[in-house]
Amino acid sequence: MTTRHAITAGFVPLLDSALLVVAREKGFAEVQSIDLTLVRERSWASIRDRLAVRQFDVAHILGPMPIACNLGLSAPAPEMVVPMALGLGGNAVTVSAALWQAMAGEGATADLDARASGAALRKVIDGRKGEPLRFGVVHPYSGHNYELRYWLAASGIDPDRDIEIVVLPPPDMGDALAEGAIDGYCAGEPWNTFGVMKRGGHLATVKAAIWRSSPEKVLGVNARWGEGHPEALAALLVALYEASLWCARPENREELAQLLAKPAYVGRDAALLLPALSGELPVGRGAVQNVRDFFVPNAKAATFPWKSHALWFYTQMVRWGQVAHTAERQKIAAETYRPDLYRAALKGLGIAMPSASSKVEGALTVETPVGSSGALTLGPDGFFDGGRFDPDAVDAYIAAQMR
Amino acid sequence: MKASGLNVLVIDENRIRAAIIEEGLRDSGYDQVTVIDVMHGLARRIADLNPDVIVIDLENPNRDMLESIFQLSRAVKRPIAMFVDKSDEASIEAAVEAGVSAYIVDGLKQERVRPILKMAISRFNAFSRLSRELEETRGELENRKAIDRAKGLLMRSRGLSEEEAYALLRRTAMNQNRKIVEIAQSLITAASLLDPGAKE
Repeated sequence: MTTRHAITAGFVPLLDSALLVVAREKGFAEVQSIDLTLVRERSWASIRDRLAVRQFDVAHILGPMPIACNLGLSAPAPEMVVPMALGLGGNAVTVSAALWQAMAGEGATADLDARASGAALRKVIDGRKGEPLRFGVVHPYSGHNYELRYWLAASGIDPDRDIEIVVLPPPDMGDALAEGAIDGYCAGEPWNTFGVMKRGGHLATVKAAIWRSSPEKVLGVNARWGEGHPEALAALLVALYEASLWCARPENREELAQLLAKPAYVGRDAALLLPALSGELPVGRGAVQNVRDFFVPNAKAATFPWKSHALWFYTQMVRWGQVAHTAERQKIAAETYRPDLYRAALKGLGIAMPSASSKVEGALTVETPVGSSGALTLGPDGFFDGGRFDPDAVDAYIAAQMR
Repeated sequence: MKASGLNVLVIDENRIRAAIIEEGLRDSGYDQVTVIDVMHGLARRIADLNPDVIVIDLENPNRDMLESIFQLSRAVKRPIAMFVDKSDEASIEAAVEAGVSAYIVDGLKQERVRPILKMAISRFNAFSRLSRELEETRGELENRKAIDRAKGLLMRSRGLSEEEAYALLRRTAMNQNRKIVEIAQSLITAASLLDPGAKE
């Protein structure tokens, strides 16, 4: 039991690096005999590069990125596995004051309803002349890009023709919005709260409203390291699971915000980090909206690496022309996420785990008890447009989206 | 000597390092070199410059944006791919270690570009080494100042010669298994607590 594991993990200074930060700072890694070194990076490209050359063993990473790596869509492309998710939700769409005013004039409401704000944006775009609206996202292979596009497309807006989508570093988004370089953005926290509180932006909608309980960041593992260090990896998953429980306790929110605010981590005021943890989000013009399940660190199997999540990301890569669909590529995408590693590592904890590795996304309209092993509830997990994704019918889903 | 007709763009927020790279490139005969150290309007400037090779520091937060531009430009038949490919693991490692990354127009022969990356890696390493040395020198200078102040305190308060004052500091450091500069710092702190008015 005294074997010590040295693990180096990369992360990007965002709220959802919380599980890794807490695993180190609250001693959960230490309990598992892990010397966890956290290294901050300023781009996902650097996270990928350092994973590729084994400077990092694991990293906090965008859910679709390990899939893109395994599909050879980015270079260098380290072979990767995803044995755990780092929570659900956490993103929002922020728009400029001017765009919000126009949207409000077309029926958008401050309750962040995705259907109302999408319809209003559609009307604003219809009535607009000249340059198209420009929205920022953080990366082409990101939940942000896909959920923004999903929301737009389901609202009757073609994300490639009716607006322009550009990639920007999240810390620059608020300034770009205030300067008028972009009209809106989809980013993680604290960058929406920052845009609203410090740069005059207004929330249009949130990830949790577009697709409730949806996947976001994951633990990306260099596959060769994982194969060579199965015990270290399993120990890390236990530490991260314990960290997710700690993060989920409301009485720890304040401390978590203070921890993340440290210069070594997110390095921003705790006041900018608290809203995402409490779900009490400043939406603009001084109003605050309570959002259920805005960011879910543990409940609803939030750390479980669903193959259906991997496959949904894959369908969006195909939908937006990043890769052509083949059965072989679909298999690579599904096999990137590894619920088997998750189960094997955590089975000793006696926690309730999903017995399935995939689920129909968007099927649960209410909180639903599942599985045989105990007190696990999933959902609601609906898409705002009532859409469903059946991971056993990928071809049909892709075909329907291509129309 | 004409190394190439290649149009090279260096993106680096660190102006000194950017200048070192630029100089290296010019010395090697690359005469079409542009340096960007202000990130504002980066996408537009890249489109205008239309470079064959881009050298960028690994810490630059705009790399995700850059890569997305290259990805999009595939549609308009202006493909740019990452320079370090899978077959070249040693050079990826050397580049990442040095903290530099590079991209080239797809189809450009690797051999034509390899010297650029090699040069960038060695200059990045040289720069890190210089920064480290500078840091150490600065640290040493500050240490020496602290020790001088501590010696001054001892000379005045105990009537010691400079040599004796230094010997006392050294002996105390040895006895407590600490560095001389730590003893000096403690002494300065203690003195300022005991006599807040005294400067030296």
